[in-house]
Amino acid sequence: MNQLKLSILDLLKEDARLQASTIATMLGAQEAEVAAAISEMERDHVIVKYATVVNWSKVDDEKVTALIEVECTPERGRGFESIAERIYLYPEVKSVYLMSGAYDLCVEIEGKNLKEVASFVSNKLSTIDSVISTKTFFILKKYKQDGIIFEEFEDDNRLLVSP
Amino acid sequence: MIQDHEITQTMMKPAGVRGMQQYLNASARAIPPSGIRRFFDLVSTSKDKDIISLGVGEPDFVTPWRVRDAAVYSLEKGKTQYTPNAGTPELREAIARYLHDQCSLDYDPGKEILVTVGGSEGIDLALRALIEPGDEILIPEPTYIPYSPLSSLVGGVAVGIETFAKDNFKLTAESLRAAITPRSKVLVLCYPSNPTGGIMTYEDLLPIAKIAEEHDLIVISDEIYSELTYGTKHVSIASLPGMKDRTILVSGFSKAFAMTGWRMGYACGHPDLIGAMLRIHQYTIMCAPIMGQVAALESLSPHGLEEKERMIESYNQRRRLVVQGFRQIGLACHEPQGAFYAFPSIQSTGMSSEEFAQRLVLEAKVAAVPGHVFGKGGEGFLRCCYASSVSQLNEALERIGNFLNKIK
Repeated sequence: MNQLKLSILDLLKEDARLQASTIATMLGAQEAEVAAAISEMERDHVIVKYATVVNWSKVDDEKVTALIEVECTPERGRGFESIAERIYLYPEVKSVYLMSGAYDLCVEIEGKNLKEVASFVSNKLSTIDSVISTKTFFILKKYKQDGIIFEEFEDDNRLLVSP
Repeated sequence: MIQDHEITQTMMKPAGVRGMQQYLNASARAIPPSGIRRFFDLVSTSKDKDIISLGVGEPDFVTPWRVRDAAVYSLEKGKTQYTPNAGTPELREAIARYLHDQCSLDYDPGKEILVTVGGSEGIDLALRALIEPGDEILIPEPTYIPYSPLSSLVGGVAVGIETFAKDNFKLTAESLRAAITPRSKVLVLCYPSNPTGGIMTYEDLLPIAKIAEEHDLIVISDEIYSELTYGTKHVSIASLPGMKDRTILVSGFSKAFAMTGWRMGYACGHPDLIGAMLRIHQYTIMCAPIMGQVAALESLSPHGLEEKERMIESYNQRRRLVVQGFRQIGLACHEPQGAFYAFPSIQSTGMSSEEFAQRLVLEAKVAAVPGHVFGKGGEGFLRCCYASSVSQLNEALERIGNFLNKIK
């Protein structure tokens, strides 16, 4: 990956709504060149999606999120791939990571309430053949996600005019 | 709570019958009210929360957490004492290493480096140590405001040397030569420049250094923005042949390390000069605050330097955005190659910079500093700090653009 693409990604991950023209100016590059690099990265799935980071605790229909440690038996030839797929295809599953250490998969689940998450774990996740055990941890508060701090700080304390 | 502008009003009150002005000495009385101050009052008394300010003079970053954390930790450990007058040995050694890496300058941390309360104190100390009443201090303008009043306070005579947009606000040999008299003693350089963003390259400095030697001038080089250069590396005049001894380098942590409120600076130079400055400093200040020194030391750690690079890259991106933005809305803007200011010309509007800046605040809700407050050559320009978020900058540019259309 070239330096231009890396710089574009750095800017877009902070603000996905930046226009190619603005990015080009900021990086001292040609707009066409930047637009082409972005399309290329979209095509190659380097840029997967332009999503919004939401602080759901500020939204009325609050969501419940849980992290679940899943221990499972890998399949011959395919390792954890197919079991991971069986899990991540559920829409309530927000993320799935293969982990080193005491368990195998870390699964993040989002539900409307505690009951919904619990029922998903007991009815869907635990009943998968190769799943040996699950441990569910409910997230109580999100302080920071994807490098973004949720707490609101006074954003600008500077004097309006200074020498 | 007392409002800042109330203090100013008191400061600017004419001598009343029962006032206390008559007790002030002549030099205190002679300090002119700062032009920027008046503008500050105008902006800060405005109840309008919607004003976007490009009038700031500091980073929009807060001090990196690692640095703040180091200071907090040291407080928890009870580090609340005086330090040696010149600053902690660790910090002076770190500054020496840093200047070696940055500017190939070698200062002895034992006797050539003094840690000060901001770069401002360094400038004050240097002038106090050098100036006899009547000595002339040569100051390329437009420039940072305090040099001239500080010169007057020690009985010196500030001599502004106008610099021009066509020269990218560099000091030229001809104009320096033209300003020199037998009383010229000190040349103050502030490059990268506040407010113009102009820089001086090695080639630009060479003839200046020659003249300084020829006329036996001491240079006070305020290099507080030295890290913030774009596309070319900063050159200190102290690094030119024969210049180290006749230069007092003043710098600090405020701008590049986002530490304005900590007031951490340093001055470097010949042991005789730094020694005299140290003697003044030990009686007036004693030492820079220890927590600031701990934080400054952390700023010079590999992590701190990495954070600094990240911030500089971000200024550069916004610099390009703002310069192009001004040009697109029809304001001529020379390429600022340093600091975090753009200095567009508003001459095409036919207004004075004061009138333009005032109307811009009131009618377009954008604050920027009118150029005339920075001395000769500043009239007709506007200082705009681009250390603000991209969305704020775009919004400000749009407002200025609309304002320009309105007054056409």
